[in-house]
Amino acid sequence: MFLSEAAASGPTFFYLVPLVVFIPLIGLLTNIIFGKWMGEKAIGWIASLATGLTFLVAVLLGVSLLNHPEQVIVPLVDWISIGELQVQWAFQVDTLSVTMMLVVAGVGTLIHIYSIRYMHEDVRFNGDPGRFKRFFVFMNLFIVTMMVLVSANSYLMLFVGWEGVGLCSYLLIGFWFEKGKDGTGNAQAAKKAFVTNRIGDFGLMIAIFIMFWAFGSLNFDQVFAQSSQAAETVILAITLLMLVGVAGKSAQIPLYVWLPDAMAGPTPVSALIHAATMVTAGVYLITRSYPLYNSAQQVQYIVAMVGGITALLAATIAVGQFDIKKILAYSTISQLGFMVAAVGIGAYAAGMFHLVTHAFFKALLFLGAGSVILGVEHGHHHLEHEGKGENGGEHFDPQDIRNMGGLRTRMKTTFWVYLIGTLALVGIFPFAGFWSKDEILLEEQILDPPVYWILIITVFLTAFYMGRQVLMVFFGKPRSEATAHAKDNPPSITVPLIVLAFFSAVAGILNLPRLHSFTEWLEHTVKSIHPVEFNFLAAVVASIIAISGLFFAWLVYSWRYKKLQELPPAQRPDDPLRQWLGPIFTGMENKWWVDELYWAVILNPYIKLSRFLAEVIDWRFWHDWFHNSVIVRGYNSLARFLSGPFDLGFIDGIANGLASVTVRFAGSLRKVQTGYVRNYALMVLLGVVVIIGYLILR
Amino acid sequence: MPVSYYFALSAILFTIGALGVLIRRNAIVIFMSIELMLNAANLSFVAFSQLHDTLRGQVLVFFVITVAAAEVAVGLALIVTIFKTKQSINVDVLNELKQ
Repeated sequence: MFLSEAAASGPTFFYLVPLVVFIPLIGLLTNIIFGKWMGEKAIGWIASLATGLTFLVAVLLGVSLLNHPEQVIVPLVDWISIGELQVQWAFQVDTLSVTMMLVVAGVGTLIHIYSIRYMHEDVRFNGDPGRFKRFFVFMNLFIVTMMVLVSANSYLMLFVGWEGVGLCSYLLIGFWFEKGKDGTGNAQAAKKAFVTNRIGDFGLMIAIFIMFWAFGSLNFDQVFAQSSQAAETVILAITLLMLVGVAGKSAQIPLYVWLPDAMAGPTPVSALIHAATMVTAGVYLITRSYPLYNSAQQVQYIVAMVGGITALLAATIAVGQFDIKKILAYSTISQLGFMVAAVGIGAYAAGMFHLVTHAFFKALLFLGAGSVILGVEHGHHHLEHEGKGENGGEHFDPQDIRNMGGLRTRMKTTFWVYLIGTLALVGIFPFAGFWSKDEILLEEQILDPPVYWILIITVFLTAFYMGRQVLMVFFGKPRSEATAHAKDNPPSITVPLIVLAFFSAVAGILNLPRLHSFTEWLEHTVKSIHPVEFNFLAAVVASIIAISGLFFAWLVYSWRYKKLQELPPAQRPDDPLRQWLGPIFTGMENKWWVDELYWAVILNPYIKLSRFLAEVIDWRFWHDWFHNSVIVRGYNSLARFLSGPFDLGFIDGIANGLASVTVRFAGSLRKVQTGYVRNYALMVLLGVVVIIGYLILR
Repeated sequence: MPVSYYFALSAILFTIGALGVLIRRNAIVIFMSIELMLNAANLSFVAFSQLHDTLRGQVLVFFVITVAAAEVAVGLALIVTIFKTKQSINVDVLNELKQ
């Protein structure tokens, strides 16, 4: 439906939709051009204001959709027009895309505001204040590309945004590219994320090609309209290849390995891109392509299984991590697994609902972790300032939870918001995560019991590792001098946390049982979803499991940990579980050696193959043998043949032969010319006689 | 006396002239032989003029005589110059074209 027909009832602001892309674009251009003359505050506030205005536009679009819930397409320009392929840059405004816009811009604004203070500290801690501007330019660029992704009305435009967010992710993971392990750690992490995503993007790209080949269009509406008549194998291929793309972007098995390494980026980046928004693009893509997935049941099972197994595997790894951000990273992978499992079985509303609530509480947790890290760094600096560098000047890791403890009293605000985020993630009534996770579990229980059991185990593990983290960070006694001197951050850090904590606590009202407002809102776009009735028993089961997870965590990390602390440091294990689980804990700590497995199975053979191709095939075969021997020698001998026998012999032979024939002929003719007048006279006479004779006798 | 006698005489004269040109080496003699051939032609003209009872042949004879006179003038001048350079009027000496 187009704009002119859309003025049904109430005010509509659909024509404003291009602004969601252009406002942050203006923001980033302003910062690029005028950033040099502006202070940090101005740069940060311009970026935040741009994102905030984008959020305002998204809110206006949401209000318009309340009056007019059907999708509206706002064309902007003709982009590609080649033969059959007609691609417009048009904006699709419907309940699904606006939900994403609200999440991206809303959470994005809070994270931008948080970043002003955080990056102020971070650029100084890392020793390059000049990079402050660059951070906000990249962040705004991310908002631009993410908005392109969610507002697209065709797969091609979506792909542009998809690649754009991948680029921003790369740029921001490698923000401190010269830092990290061996000075290249962060750059390696960025490269890993980029390359892994490229594998997924390859799948998505092939899916788009097949789509164009089969349907002749990339437009969402046209593709979906034709998908019901399409051959089963075509749908199967498209959905499976799209799943590869989803696995790359949303960090699912087997491509999830980049996300933990992506924590090399500054913490706000981890919160915005690698927890709340970009990584959910895969879930959005599946929801957006629901007509395709609905007509490919086998693929739906695969998607659900991939999501479920990812959720479980990542949760087990999270239990064995000591880096505060790594734990959250694996938790993100695990929660994305929940969402993918949900959209896999067709529970799109549940998946999207969890996406929204997860955006709140995971952004909150990451920003809270950032706040904790800042606090500990403060304590560390404070010590260094007083000349009491601990561990004899050894490198101090402000992200290691083994160095923390007892921050509950030192960082009160951070502790409380972190606790709310944790309870929301674990799924304790009445926090947001309870409602969204419960909805997913309910649907899985009905539609896909195997995945339901996997997810139930994951719920337990989620509660356990979050309980472990909170207990190790905030409870007990400080385990390092730096932690003991930590102090809470100023309001510019804590206010966004409080706002996010508020939403993490109450976002459940979006889709309360019996009301199903979010499901109904989404139903205007995703037609196949239906509200599922709340099941009291299922909710109680999930809650009991979550609470028992927390209880176990308390048992291990509070009760047992205290006892362990009494042992002398040499005999004291850093984690009580290590004693009990032994090799299993080592496995979890080492991420089940998946990275090592990939190195052994894929990367090393690949590198060996490339080296073989480069050194043997390319250099020795092509360069040394084929080029130098075959081509050069062949060319030389051909040239020698052409210059010798052919040019000197044949061509010159013709010329010289002609010349000598002429010379010889002329030599014999010369004899005629005696120079004696009589001879010429005789010739004249003879000539006259011949001519006259001819004239007479003819 | 029939006209054919004149023609025969003309032919004999012409032949003698032509042979003289071809055979003799003295430039003066060659020159006289040319005159002989010219006059053989003149004789034919006059004879034909008589035969056809028209004056055109006789007019032409006057032209020939005039041209011959001019030719003699030029030719003798050439011979004088040749003699001055070569100290001889033997035409076989004049074979520079061959070189």
